[in-house]
Amino acid sequence: MRFLDSLLGRTKPKPPDLDAMFAIPSAAITLEAAVGLRPTGQAGVAYKPASGAAFATTGDDLSQLLALSGEQSGSTIRGHDDRFGYRWAVIEDPDLEDVVGGVHLVNRSLEDAGFGSQLLCSVFGFSPVGGSGRPCHLVYLYKRGTFYPFAPRSEDRRDNELELRVRGALEGELAIEPELSRWFPVWGLPFDQANR
Amino acid sequence: MARTRFPVDRGLAARMVVTMFLLGLLYVVFIGVLTALGTSFVVVLVIAGGLLVAQYAFSDRIAMFSMNAHEVTPAEEPVLHGIIDRLCALADMAKPRVAIADTDLPNAFATGRNPDHAVVAVTAGLLRRLDEPELEAVLAHELSHVAHRDVMVMTIASFLGIAAGLLTRFAFYSGLFGGFGGRRSNDDKGGTPVVLVVLIVSVAVYAVSFLLTRALSRYRELSADRAAAVLTGRPSTLAAALVKISGEMSRIPTRDLRSAEPMNAFFFAPALAPGFSISSLFSSHPSLERRLEQLAAIEADLGRAA
Repeated sequence: MRFLDSLLGRTKPKPPDLDAMFAIPSAAITLEAAVGLRPTGQAGVAYKPASGAAFATTGDDLSQLLALSGEQSGSTIRGHDDRFGYRWAVIEDPDLEDVVGGVHLVNRSLEDAGFGSQLLCSVFGFSPVGGSGRPCHLVYLYKRGTFYPFAPRSEDRRDNELELRVRGALEGELAIEPELSRWFPVWGLPFDQANR
Repeated sequence: MARTRFPVDRGLAARMVVTMFLLGLLYVVFIGVLTALGTSFVVVLVIAGGLLVAQYAFSDRIAMFSMNAHEVTPAEEPVLHGIIDRLCALADMAKPRVAIADTDLPNAFATGRNPDHAVVAVTAGLLRRLDEPELEAVLAHELSHVAHRDVMVMTIASFLGIAAGLLTRFAFYSGLFGGFGGRRSNDDKGGTPVVLVVLIVSVAVYAVSFLLTRALSRYRELSADRAAAVLTGRPSTLAAALVKISGEMSRIPTRDLRSAEPMNAFFFAPALAPGFSISSLFSSHPSLERRLEQLAAIEADLGRAA
């Protein structure tokens, strides 16, 4: 099929893989024990807004739904547009389960509206236990169904050593992206104050 | 199976299949005629094949060199790399190398024999003229070429044309020096000289394969447009970028584009009928109108309420 598709010059948008996300809470426990990173209670979902009325409707429905679910679970949810033209839904809640639930809600609503292929990645915030700065986030790639660590440091640098340690700790627990060339950086995260 | 809002254009795929089939048929007939004539011209096919393999294997370096493009690192061009990173993650493809060509003509190209050796290059003029969403749309179009393996498809498709062109020249010179009717020495008494037949057949094959290859190229462009619109979810942004680029393109003299295309001089024939011109048969890209039309149709699909 792949051969035929490229012969005919038609590539179908790849559907996202949504279920891997629920492995995050247990991975967080491993991560705290092995590397000393704890969830910050923040996560962001990045998706590419499509043009047209259908997507606008979906976006409105989504923000209403999120506001509603935020009232129930006590999470705060806000939107953010980044400089690359992607829209973020930023979810903050001290309980990691609720954060993952919120992320899944965003995924589901986009998927149900037929815009699942617009999902880029979601980022779960992690920072060292008891302390200051130096975060190392977990990025989930929807199209690959894999995770990779992203430790931003000042001025477009990342802490590769910490990232590789995180990979070692999570091997077997999460599907870690095997190709290092796909660990693409996400600078200027909408919730990462230290990294603006 | 999740539903998607981006339907496949079956008509486009069907037209492409027909074109490829005709090219294949032409290829078989050509080889058949050459074999029936029992000539040693098959050697020419081997030479042409060798040339093409080399061109295919080094396509990235050839294109980079001829466009005077140089590779850039993420530190040098953070925005360009950022856009490509995200598009690759969205489309689930390996990231190609990124290059910039130091020319003011707004243009972009993708090359490389397979997705692992691909290069996506933009010109400095393109970076200067387009804003970020438009640049993203153009890059998505080029990445679609990589995903569709267009370098491979077009190399294979153009093989026959190159072989026939070589053979035309070969037959012409050997006819010139051997004399078109001169060599009727042994068994070939009174028949049409083989060289002349080969010359005529080669010219015909060259002409037809040229038209078919161009048609195929136009379909590949439309496919890449469609894939880019679907990937970015914004058909109109790509349309805006196309208008902007082609507007600039027609204003700037295109001498250096034409120099790569010596045949172009023959093609300023008048239009055959309104809306259909000879030049539309020969061009490697579909007309701007045709591309905008397709993008508008995708935009309409997107706008339809759930």
